[in-house]
Order: sequence, then C-alpha cells, then structure tokens
Amino acid sequence: MLESRQPNGQVITGSVQLIHAAGMHARPAVKLTKLAKKFKAQISVRASDTADWINAKSVAKIMALRAARDSIIEIEASGEDAEAAVAALIDLVATDFPDTGQ
Amino acid sequence: MNDMVGIVIVSHSKDIAKGTADMVRQMVGNEVKVAFCGGDPDGGLGTNVSLIIDAINNAWSPKGVAILVDLGGAETNSEMAVEMLQPERQNLVVVCNAPIVEGAVMAATEAASGSTLEQVRAVAEELSAG
Repeated sequence: MLESRQPNGQVITGSVQLIHAAGMHARPAVKLTKLAKKFKAQISVRASDTADWINAKSVAKIMALRAARDSIIEIEASGEDAEAAVAALIDLVATDFPDTGQ
Repeated sequence: MNDMVGIVIVSHSKDIAKGTADMVRQMVGNEVKVAFCGGDPDGGLGTNVSLIIDAINNAWSPKGVAILVDLGGAETNSEMAVEMLQPERQNLVVVCNAPIVEGAVMAATEAASGSTLEQVRAVAEELSAG
C-alpha cells in the first residue's frame, strides 16, 4: 500500500504486513536500516501497535522495535526520493527480507 | 562512499572474537572490513597488544577504524595498541563503549553506508546510552 498524503507529494506513507517468522529481529532490522540509508529521504517507521515513529536509519531503534510477526509496519518518508524509499522498504518487508548478496 | 570505517573486534576469547566477526559478515555483509583477535599467543584467554595492532592494520581504512572490546584488559590493551600506531593513524581509531556483539553489528551497519568514524561510534554507543 502506497499513498501520497499531500497533493505535492512531500510526505509519502505506506504500510506492509510483517511476514517474517521471527518478527523484526536482528537480521531483518539490519537489512531494513541498510536499505533505508541508501535514500536521501527522511524515513520513519512504526509498528501499528506502538505510538512512536522511529528513524528507519537507526539500527538500534529498529532492532528495539520488536515488531511481532503479522504486525503492520507503517512507513513515512519525506524528501526527494521519498516515494522510491517507501516502495523499496515495502518490497523488502513484503518479500520477507531476501538475501541480496550484499 | 567507497571508503568505509573498518571494524576491529577484541575479545579475551578467540572463539568469541571470531564468532562476532562471523555475525557481522553474515548480518551486514562483506563490504565492511572486519578484523578480530582474541586470546594470548599461547592459546589461553587474554588480549595481546601486538595482535590488536595487526588487527587494526588489517581493517585499516582512510576513514578510520572502530574497535569493539569485551572486558577490562581488552579495552586497556586496545588503548595501548592505538598509542603504538603510527602517529597519523592514532586519531583515526576509536575504542567504542558498547557491548561487543551488538556494538559490532550496529557499527558495521552504520559503516556500510559510508558514515564517518564519529557517526559509527555514536551508533555503537547508542546502546549504552539507553
């Protein structure tokens, strides 16, 4: 799910279900953070059942997210490549954090 | 962007040092240079200044090297090793105040995006800052 909240496209939001068996544990957290860091956009994520948005580029905070399997991860980004960032992160979570060889 | 801060892991146990390095390579990838040392030259538990110096040089990057340590002597010997490096390298090495495994994984994750040594250290130490 990907939508632009504002007409000018400044804030891009999306959400995706976490299908990883173990939830957002260490290895997925590293992959998500590494991918987020490839974009210039400011990116925040949260698990649906927690109130605080956290910086997707902070590996410590993403690991501490402790999102359980089947929870919905919300993603919000702003900046020039925000749309690509949200799409890439949704894809990463939706495809269950595949190994890219990187 | 091509240069990434190198990571050095210093434990009293070679098994812990190697296992931590394995975790970094598997979780973060091979793009960040990771060197490790552990144990004394006789095969017992301990840390050794000259082995630490070798590890720093193996992980060397123009952006610097971040060291993760376990218990007391690992830190003091790492600081001694830094003091024995070539003077121009001494300011490019930091010993992180962070848990060895978590700190190494997080430092390497940050390093992989081309961050500076200070950024890498800050991310590793975020854990201790609570």
